[in-house]
Amino acid sequence: MISIEHISQSLHEALSASLNSTLVLLIEMVIAGVLVIALFAVLGLVLVFMERKVSAYIQIRLGPNRVGYQGFAQTAADTLKLLIKEGLTPDGADKFLFNLAPLVVMVVAMLIMAPIAFTKGFQLWDINIGVLYVSAVSSISVIGILMAGWASNNKYSMLGAMRSGAQIVSYELSAGLSVITIVILVGSLSINDIIASQQNGWWIFKGHIPVMISFIIFVIAVTAETNRAPFDLAEAESELTAGFHTEYSGMRFAFFFLAEYVNIFVVCAIGATLFFGGWMPFHIGSWEAFNHVMDFIPGIVWFFGKIFSLIFLIMWFRWTFPRLRIDQLLNLEWKYLLPIAMFNLLLTTLMAITGFYFK
Amino acid sequence: MFIVDYIKTVYSTCKSLLSGMRLTGYYFFHHKEIITQQYPDVRLVMAERFRGEVVMTHDEKNEHRCTGCTACELACPNATIKIVTKQELQPDGKKKKALDTFVYHLELCTMCNLCIMACPTDAIKMAQTYEHSVFDRNQLTKKLNAPGSKLMEGVE
Amino acid sequence: MQYEEVATTEEGNLVINVGPQHPATHGVMHLVITLNGETILKVEPHLGYIHRSIEKMCESLSYRQFIYSTSRMDYLSAHINNHGCALAVEKGLQIEVPERAKVIRVLMDELTRVASHVLWWGAMAMDVGALTPFFHAFRERELINDIMEETCGARLTMNYMVPGGVMADLHPDFVRKVKDFVAFFRTKIDEYDTLITHNVIFQGRMKGVGVISAADAVSYGCTGPVLRACGVKCDIRKLSPYDGYEKLNFEEPLETAGDSYARYLQRMRELRESLSIIDQLIDNIPEGDFQAKTKAVLKLPKGEFYSRVETARGEFGVYIISEGGLTPYRIHFRSPGFNNLAALDHMARGQKIGDLVAIMGTLDLVIPDIDR
Repeated sequence: MISIEHISQSLHEALSASLNSTLVLLIEMVIAGVLVIALFAVLGLVLVFMERKVSAYIQIRLGPNRVGYQGFAQTAADTLKLLIKEGLTPDGADKFLFNLAPLVVMVVAMLIMAPIAFTKGFQLWDINIGVLYVSAVSSISVIGILMAGWASNNKYSMLGAMRSGAQIVSYELSAGLSVITIVILVGSLSINDIIASQQNGWWIFKGHIPVMISFIIFVIAVTAETNRAPFDLAEAESELTAGFHTEYSGMRFAFFFLAEYVNIFVVCAIGATLFFGGWMPFHIGSWEAFNHVMDFIPGIVWFFGKIFSLIFLIMWFRWTFPRLRIDQLLNLEWKYLLPIAMFNLLLTTLMAITGFYFK
Repeated sequence: MFIVDYIKTVYSTCKSLLSGMRLTGYYFFHHKEIITQQYPDVRLVMAERFRGEVVMTHDEKNEHRCTGCTACELACPNATIKIVTKQELQPDGKKKKALDTFVYHLELCTMCNLCIMACPTDAIKMAQTYEHSVFDRNQLTKKLNAPGSKLMEGVE
Repeated sequence: MQYEEVATTEEGNLVINVGPQHPATHGVMHLVITLNGETILKVEPHLGYIHRSIEKMCESLSYRQFIYSTSRMDYLSAHINNHGCALAVEKGLQIEVPERAKVIRVLMDELTRVASHVLWWGAMAMDVGALTPFFHAFRERELINDIMEETCGARLTMNYMVPGGVMADLHPDFVRKVKDFVAFFRTKIDEYDTLITHNVIFQGRMKGVGVISAADAVSYGCTGPVLRACGVKCDIRKLSPYDGYEKLNFEEPLETAGDSYARYLQRMRELRESLSIIDQLIDNIPEGDFQAKTKAVLKLPKGEFYSRVETARGEFGVYIISEGGLTPYRIHFRSPGFNNLAALDHMARGQKIGDLVAIMGTLDLVIPDIDR
């Protein structure tokens, strides 16, 4: 059976046979970079199209259906439109920061991609503190948003950026705490170790109620962290026109847009890794035959299936709920999510010490 | 008790949110509820009373019923209609006022139907057209009586 | 939640122009808001962006002609505005309107009210950030528009009322279609409750926000659902019934809290009340003329004539001064939106920006109605 692991392995061997190790590393880095950028472009197209279709069906509409087969080329056409549009820089803006901000947001979204294991042995960077790295790097994106809001020299943008700052900084806490529950159960920060620990069942099933609670908290927190409705206060169309990216146009706007979707993809990938076993197929304890059948489905399919289910859940939220107010948003975090997450962490720790979970 | 109230609040919150999600989920999976009409492919059938634009009825002999009495012009609130009359020589040698040009400004019309109600001879009526956009505004000024048409026999 | 009184110094506070082009204002309205962080210190509406001097225009139009222009004021209750104008002219000419025409008028008024409230519901949900309800609302609204189109000939600015009755008789399909619609809508209004009314986030955004006391609301001149949500009876259909509302058996729903949620519930209850009025009338449309015999040229006697009707937004008044000529000497329209907007500053002070949008949503502002 040809798997992605074999391809990357044989590529590495072929390169190593003829070239010295520095050059091999360099070539592999280039390949990885190209792959990440390609994944970005494809994800942008697919997720925007998915969002438009999901929203359309929920809103009893058809959605895009004219450009290409069933409208599949619609987002490509839109991207083309954004590419040839003029990118305006407002007169009173801080030009350097204004132009830098979309890049910061994009680069951060790209960086989080590094430790994600797409399938067995297919990972850009097998770092032993993968989870910590993700939660550390993801908080940099708030700097990009604040930069955009401040540099635009627009009151709406600044209000949006300030909201976003307050929001992301607070929700980072409960997202971190819910991630830590899994880290405690596994005893490792490495993404590969976390996935390997779910060989005989995913944590969401093995971990009893505490893991489920932490999963719910995780979903709420990452929805807020990616600025998605019902927590889209940073953009809040009916209040702040477009929030922090009011003044952006053309490709720089597209960068923000793309970064939003890539961020959703990444947090859902982390969620799938922590709670649903990453690329690990669905295994039930000692049902050998069943587990064997499940193994036939490649890991990458499992992984993307899980991610897109989570993305659909987040989109479903967006098209159902009204937006919260800024004080309610912070209330929810500090009065509900954070205490529950802390209490839950305590429970999980007890559970891990006593070994009271399915092994 | 505080804890019980707290849990009750959390429970009712979740319930209300989930019931909303169930509804949107229903619409997501039931495509028969979709109400989109794909306009250029599916043409609308307009109601017979729909007021699209004012037209003048002509019969097969290219005769209309307008006597040029300007009742519609007077009834119009927006000066949409301008009637130009001429003096026509009757067979018996008398001169009689007759319609020369019925000018209709579609760009000014609000489709209020007052001209049609005012017309004593039912010469004009509302058509059910609805695609009125043009590139040049002058095209919206229309001449309603067909070229060479004349007044129908017996209409006074 | 009650907010503390905030100091109203201008020092260092942020001044933001909301509008004239802004997604929250539903049209070209301009609000200058003074902010302290996220908290609103002052809201100052600037009007005039869509002023078309309809009152002045009406002075040069005859009594048949001027009615159409009132459809362009509050375009969501175009029918009811036209009704008010027709009533004023009929009062002056002392025309007795046939029974059938009265029933048709009331039916159309209530259908318009339902259509207006349904659109308000969708737009209101959009203001607080839920985008889906808008499309669901339009599904029902389209059905009403189709009914209107069949009978009146237009979907939005119908111009169906004429002095002495209505312009044309009901379409043969009207009764069946209205019955179908009412049955369909009763199932959908429960969905509205599931989607928005019972939603915890929505209730959190609405409850205790934009509170106005009954006394304040009266002194600002608020009418309609805004005043009734403070517990003041002000329904013109009850206070001075016109065209057969006195014979109908309907309630005037009253909320007492005076906050945004009360205004929301008030409108939802009025929707159901309108449906029950339609139910009562749809089977009992009397036979007869749809229009009274009137002269070709209408001349009001010298004097002043006032009529008022209850639109979807509140009390709509038509005040005509006639010198006995073909056209009115002066016409004044008392539009509900203008006075309801006046209370916005009072309601929004000390709230957050998000609340301002929600409060504007519950006031159900139609900007051409405010500016005229």
